[in-house]
Amino acid sequence: MNRIEKAFDNKKAFIGFITAGDPTLDKTEEFVLEMERAGASIVELGIPFSDPIAEGPVIQNANIRSLSAGCTTDKIFEMVKSLRTKTQIPLVFMGYVNTLYKYGYEKFFAKCQEVDIDGVILPDVPFEEKGELQPIASKYGIKVISLIAPTSEKRIQMIAKEAEGFIYLVSSMGVTGVRNEITTDIESIVKNIRSVTDVPVAVGFGINKREQVEKYMSVADGAIVGSAIVKIIEKYGEEAGSHIYDYIHEINAAAN
Amino acid sequence: MSKGRYGIHGGQYVPETLMNELEKLENAYEHYKKDPEFINELDTLLKEYAGRPSLLYYAEKMTKDLGGAKIYFKREDLNHTGSHKINNVLGQALLAKKMGKTRIIAETGAGQHGVATATAAALLGLECEIYMGEEDTIRQALNVYRMELLGAKVHPVTTGTRTLKDAVNECMREWVSRVDDTLYVLGSVMGPHPFPMIVRDFQSVISREARAQILEKEGKLPDVVMACVGGGSNSMGMFYEFINDESVQLIGCEAAGKGVDTDRTAATMAVGSEGIFHGMKSYFCQDEYGQIAPVYSISAGLDYPGVGPEHAHLKDIGRAQYVPVTDDEAVNAFEYIAKEEGIIAAIESSHAVAHVMKIAPTMRKDQIIICCLSGRGDKDVAAIARYRGIDLHE
Repeated sequence: MNRIEKAFDNKKAFIGFITAGDPTLDKTEEFVLEMERAGASIVELGIPFSDPIAEGPVIQNANIRSLSAGCTTDKIFEMVKSLRTKTQIPLVFMGYVNTLYKYGYEKFFAKCQEVDIDGVILPDVPFEEKGELQPIASKYGIKVISLIAPTSEKRIQMIAKEAEGFIYLVSSMGVTGVRNEITTDIESIVKNIRSVTDVPVAVGFGINKREQVEKYMSVADGAIVGSAIVKIIEKYGEEAGSHIYDYIHEINAAAN
Repeated sequence: MSKGRYGIHGGQYVPETLMNELEKLENAYEHYKKDPEFINELDTLLKEYAGRPSLLYYAEKMTKDLGGAKIYFKREDLNHTGSHKINNVLGQALLAKKMGKTRIIAETGAGQHGVATATAAALLGLECEIYMGEEDTIRQALNVYRMELLGAKVHPVTTGTRTLKDAVNECMREWVSRVDDTLYVLGSVMGPHPFPMIVRDFQSVISREARAQILEKEGKLPDVVMACVGGGSNSMGMFYEFINDESVQLIGCEAAGKGVDTDRTAATMAVGSEGIFHGMKSYFCQDEYGQIAPVYSISAGLDYPGVGPEHAHLKDIGRAQYVPVTDDEAVNAFEYIAKEEGIIAAIESSHAVAHVMKIAPTMRKDQIIICCLSGRGDKDVAAIARYRGIDLHE
């Protein structure tokens, strides 16, 4: 059983997101460990990109903070290498495809394997385009996480059939960011996914409250929280560690 | 499985949320482009509203002055709204209407595409919102007011470099939030499939007309066809019907800004490398880690770090050639064509004029150049004055 499978094995997964290098890569290591201590089962590490078109203002600003502080893909790999000596929590990169393409898919996924990354989420690589990198990722044992959106409709089963690791179910239209209300019929999409695959489904986009986490953990297999955590980093900077712990501890319905 | 490829370039690198919508757009386009009623409506709009066909003008004075090839200008600057952008916008706005959309959104750099989109929206009764980099709203303040006069809402974009690239980012973010009633009317031959194809088809009217016009006037094909290239819509329109005419040399003129050896440039073909951004695989100005570079040009319309995928392919196969033109050269050309021919051309188009000035004297007198004057330069007058140290504000 790989790390991602273990994270969902007979339990619900709380998945936390932070942008690597925000505010520094040393702090990223610390924040990941705080998230794990607070009960997160998977951590998504954002590779900062100059033009993150799927992000709302909160994560856009985190990307700017990280890049301004000199974060690069190579430095992230170094950080992960060091982090792996301290934790076995599943780590998934979330990045824009250009950073992988420019690095070289072969070199990128080989490096992922070397530092022991578990998967990648690529918001600008839909089903039709994953062919150019999926075989390379597989060769190095890296899962390519598929996204399903409220508008996927007849595409749901096509995507779900080839999904691996877990499925990232986008809760709402639009970009990442905290939302008060999510109106998508998540239940029926999950049901549709379940009819073709057993791959776990985690719901993300807009989740920031304990009730939302509870709800999606009951409807699906996990909940993904990003912008709400990044907001804490925006507010507390290098001092954010304990605040991240407190926040996740409070909203992670799976932990207590 | 991937659609919309030009060699290795193109594709559909967008969030899953948009994939169904892109398919709907493609299906609608494939349907309506063969629908006699749609074709007729669009032809009528182009003729009766936009003022097509545009003139193919023989620049006799410039030809004599430069002393080489015969120079013709395809006068897209004479179209309604003052640029080639109207060709594409009328097509896409009409398509939006047929698809049952009630709202269109668009990015704009210089403001030409924004003005054209706002115009089409006013005419066809669609709601319209334009995203424009804050930097560009300052450089092109007059066009902002023009769009507002036409009933559009203009959103100044304050993220990133606050120019065209960031306007495209915001427009994509907005479209991901609201696809049901909204069509993103993309302004250039870029973005995810089917946009590069749709925009190229709607712009190819430029070369369809120009090819027939030159055959009528000169009885032969031109030796060189040129246009400026930002995203590449007027150039793709100008090149398209000449691509199969192998004797015709195609030249795209990129904005070199302060020079391709400086970091103040937007010459993607000269300094960029292969990448994936804004929905497409193509060439981009970027660093070794794939971070998109801040680009610069005096021209807000060419100030873009990428280029359309079909251009990238034409470069790869050697069918078209791309040359950098600096701010200085473009401003000189802007002034030259005004004094020589009495035409105030857009600073974007002036990049192509600058290259005409370079190569015409090296060509024989029986050779022919057609250069696309993609837009008129009224919008640039104040900026050119400032460039020359004259404190003139709109």
